[in-house]
Amino acid sequence: MIEVKDVYFTYPTEVEALKGVSLSIRNGEFVAIMGQNGAGKTTLVKQFNGLLKPTKGEVLVDSVSTRDLSIAQLARKVGFVFQNPDHQLFSETVEEEIAFALRNFGFKEATLKRRVTWALNLLGLTEYRKTSPFMLSGGERKRVALASVLAWNPKVVILDEPTIGQDHRQKEILRQFIVQLNTQGKTVVIVTHDVEFVAECSPRVVLMAQGQIVADGDAQRILTDPNVTLRASIVPPQVTQIFLKLADFGLPADVIDVSEAMKVLVEYFEEEKGKR
Amino acid sequence: MSVFEGFRFRHVSSPIHRRDPRVKFLYVLVMFIAAVMFYELPPLLVLFFLPTPFVFLAGVQRQWLRSLRGAMFLATFLFVFNLIFGYISPGTIPWSMSPLEYAFSMSLRFLVLVESFSVFFLTTSPDHLSLALEQSHVPYEFTFAFTTAVRFVPVLAEEAQTIMDAQKARGLELERGNFMKRVRNYIPILIPLIVSAIRRSLELAEAMESRAWGASKKRTNLYVLKMREGDFILIIISIILLVTAIYVRYFVPVPSFTMLLPK
Repeated sequence: MIEVKDVYFTYPTEVEALKGVSLSIRNGEFVAIMGQNGAGKTTLVKQFNGLLKPTKGEVLVDSVSTRDLSIAQLARKVGFVFQNPDHQLFSETVEEEIAFALRNFGFKEATLKRRVTWALNLLGLTEYRKTSPFMLSGGERKRVALASVLAWNPKVVILDEPTIGQDHRQKEILRQFIVQLNTQGKTVVIVTHDVEFVAECSPRVVLMAQGQIVADGDAQRILTDPNVTLRASIVPPQVTQIFLKLADFGLPADVIDVSEAMKVLVEYFEEEKGKR
Repeated sequence: MSVFEGFRFRHVSSPIHRRDPRVKFLYVLVMFIAAVMFYELPPLLVLFFLPTPFVFLAGVQRQWLRSLRGAMFLATFLFVFNLIFGYISPGTIPWSMSPLEYAFSMSLRFLVLVESFSVFFLTTSPDHLSLALEQSHVPYEFTFAFTTAVRFVPVLAEEAQTIMDAQKARGLELERGNFMKRVRNYIPILIPLIVSAIRRSLELAEAMESRAWGASKKRTNLYVLKMREGDFILIIISIILLVTAIYVRYFVPVPSFTMLLPK
């Protein structure tokens, strides 16, 4: 679906943000791109929908180079939800906001209405249909931004820092939603530093540092490998940190989420109790 | 955003950067007066090349050139308009000049003004500027508002870029459609930009209040501007420039380029 071939990217300010990145994302995959601030995560995903074009190397979306397509053509396939919803909301009503992209893509009026209703329903925003997006809370604005992208049903959805500024409940709703999207076959790419969030979603993790990919693989394997996390300056999830210390007691060291931790611990203590 | 780049300060140290902003402003003012005094091409050409030593001394050639390139659009506009009006009503331009020369000198005058201000802003940090205003007894409220405005230009430019990216990712094509459509294409960018600027200013106001802004009427500064040797040299240069300009204007017959051409 998305093929990144030895891509280098230098900003006009002469900052070299990507230094030889190669990556392949298959249809229906769920990928989390992680790394420190300035590691090149956002620069990398902006290559996927053509907002940035490689200085050297090539990015293929559905086997077509991004150089040969306009941002609008690419956006039809690759939806991008920006970090801050306030950078995109401008319409008088939520409904209009969601219809904006559909108009740009030239959807027919009847299809447009149907898709708006569908997207409102999908993110539980139906009651705000006629409300101004500026009157909504932070979490709701984020959902409007998400709905405005999902409305045109892109094959790939990129979410830049989806968890920033969201409370625990909103995060949980978001997590379930993303997982659900992915199980329905959509390719999902998230860019985040939130290790706990990633641990609970358990996607494929691509770890970046200084413009390069330093690790790529299963979340459980990468987040529990102290060498790798250290290189990318990522702190493993709190549960993992505890279990890394408990390895001497015969407990597994590769635990990343809380529910799994609880299960392992309960089993362990039951066993101990039995021994006495 | 290249026009803004030509006015954006970067921290470097050079004999020009270290000059007292008040003295630099005096120099800009003299350049301004001199540029407005002359309409003939030869003196304006001299004025145009006069700041180049300062530019090289400050090491800001690239940004300076960029500011000139940014001003080119307006300069061309001025040229075309002056040329048209020079031919339509020749009475409005000095008798000694051809409309072509007049149009050319008017755009050159504009460029002289732009380049002097560009050198000033490129070599004067916003902090120094506010210090200079404050020590020239401008009320602190005005000083603060002015420097904040200057400081937020690059921030807003960056934000505009992010918003443009966000809307392009939703299929907005800025360069599509006829003129009216193109103007309308900017609405999805302007509204979020204005909303966020207002929000940002409210946050800034609250942050200032919570740090006791305006609590004491009399403010002191950590750094105090002091004139040094180089500053006096620049003052002397500026005064010589001004006196020469006035002398040449009133006591020397300034030839226009048209007059210099062999008949």
